[in-house]
Amino acid sequence: MNRTTVLCALGLVAAVVFPLAAPNYLVNIGMLVFFVAFLGQSWNISGGFAGQTSFGHVVFFGTGAYTSTILQVTWGWNPWVAWPAAMLMGAIVGWGIAFLSFRAGLRGSYFALITLAFAEVFRILANSVPFTRGGLGMLIKSDPRPINFQFKDPIWLYYIALALCVVSLVVAWQLTRNRFGARLVAIRENEDAARALGIDVFAEKVRVLTLSGAMCAAGGTFYAQKYLYIDPSIAFGVDKSVEMLLVTMVGGAGTIFGPLIGSIALTTINEVTRGVASVVPALKNVQPLSLVVYGVMLVLIVARLPDGLTGLFRRKPRHA
Amino acid sequence: MNLPPEIILEAVLNGLLTGAVYGLVALGLTLVYGVLHIINFAHGALLTAAMYAAYVARTAFGVDPYVAALPLAGLFFGIGYLVQRLVIGPASRGKDENILLVTLGLSIVIENLMLAMFRSDTRSIDVPYAMDVVEFGPALLSWPRLVGFAATIAVGVALYVLMTFSATGKAIRAVAKERTGAALVGIDVAHIYAVTFGIGTACLAIAAALLLPSFYVSPRVGNAFVLVAFTIVVLGGMGSFIGAAVGGIIIGITEALGGLILGEQLGQIGISLIFILILLLKPTGLFGSRA
Repeated sequence: MNRTTVLCALGLVAAVVFPLAAPNYLVNIGMLVFFVAFLGQSWNISGGFAGQTSFGHVVFFGTGAYTSTILQVTWGWNPWVAWPAAMLMGAIVGWGIAFLSFRAGLRGSYFALITLAFAEVFRILANSVPFTRGGLGMLIKSDPRPINFQFKDPIWLYYIALALCVVSLVVAWQLTRNRFGARLVAIRENEDAARALGIDVFAEKVRVLTLSGAMCAAGGTFYAQKYLYIDPSIAFGVDKSVEMLLVTMVGGAGTIFGPLIGSIALTTINEVTRGVASVVPALKNVQPLSLVVYGVMLVLIVARLPDGLTGLFRRKPRHA
Repeated sequence: MNLPPEIILEAVLNGLLTGAVYGLVALGLTLVYGVLHIINFAHGALLTAAMYAAYVARTAFGVDPYVAALPLAGLFFGIGYLVQRLVIGPASRGKDENILLVTLGLSIVIENLMLAMFRSDTRSIDVPYAMDVVEFGPALLSWPRLVGFAATIAVGVALYVLMTFSATGKAIRAVAKERTGAALVGIDVAHIYAVTFGIGTACLAIAAALLLPSFYVSPRVGNAFVLVAFTIVVLGGMGSFIGAAVGGIIIGITEALGGLILGEQLGQIGISLIFILILLLKPTGLFGSRA
């Protein structure tokens, strides 16, 4: 048992016990922290570990949310059964975007921009095609029973979000240990050198985006079940893409705990500004300022802390 | 699809006029890319800021946007210069993805400062000529867009003259071609970077003044333009001036025809699809030189 293992075990116990003692609004905030950390981790796997910065990750989120919602509302599927189907669709979309983009040899900023454009295409389609009900969005009928993936007590969604987050942490942890993860890091650090070493760069990049797409789509279904409503700008809007990127960059891209730390940090800032705004009437319009703080943090972190907040905890700076 | 030809002609002509102003927005983006090799994601947010500046000039001081265009260009040149010199340059440390992230951070900051100051309402200004039209054969052309078209050509020519004949223009081109060599012959590279960014931002200020009479402004309005501008730049070829102008006009017409044929909602899809297809099939664009 080393120090990290002990800390992880303590953290997990605290996270499990926390909602039993906390009031509902704190349970909700905790749920959001883990949920956003999970989405961030899905971004981190392709954007952090493999270095394929995406500006349109929301395309997978929206694909998942719409797939499970349409299966449920239009075709009468049970949401628990629709969930893996949504992940499959997310994987397919991830595979497709990766196949097209990486076949064309897009890298760096160009890849980031094309993912943004794909998300935009999906948003416009969701706004226009009949089976998504366009801009009206889709409502899931409220029937809070566990079999319907709907719960009266927010604690259950909290535990599901926690479970998703833990699974994503395990995936990230495995990437730091297995050969697939090592190949991804090699690609991130120097694609040409990785190719020279015999790594099938194209195949690995397609694989990682497929995995990331499936994970992110699982988050989409979770979101739809939590709010029981989605529309094209929620499901495919640029805000969610930016959120996933932000928590990961702020926490530390390519690190196991980066997205979780980033999610905790950004949620704290958000809640503090919200609290200040509700207490001081003169500041009731300061809510956007929390995003201003995020933006400043992003710039500072890119400039000074390439490992994000995680870098602060590490004794020796690691540059693999 | 049974559309009378004069309606199509009118859509094409108005699309061409709007496209010219898009071209002006893209000109700033492509100039910054051509010299600094950076993809400036804050371009849309800076355009929003410039549109609010023109809005305030009109509502608080009663200055017509066309009159405000030049002073605003000066102001935004200064802002762009400082942003590059103090933020983007030092923060990005020369890495491609870093610059993209830094400019994304900047755009988040600018957009939300606008949101805090002006709320999320959409606003527009009231100028007497906003709805004026000019008859052109069977088609009616919007007067503000006609002005925008003419002004874009004027700015394009001015920029061409500046880049070709002035000492600064020569220095910019030298830095774009060979940074180290330019530094060796005594060109202040950091200064030239900032000047280039300033010129790109000044183009935005003029574009903002030209857009305002016929477009509304909201804190997110830049987002709508930024994908359009990126599409134009990619279509025309990164770093190419002629590409920006031609790309702008093509996109303007595509948008107008797309809206006419596919309807308001689905019509927007044309721009994103062109963007994706160009990147996938011919990343150098129409006039780009580099692979």
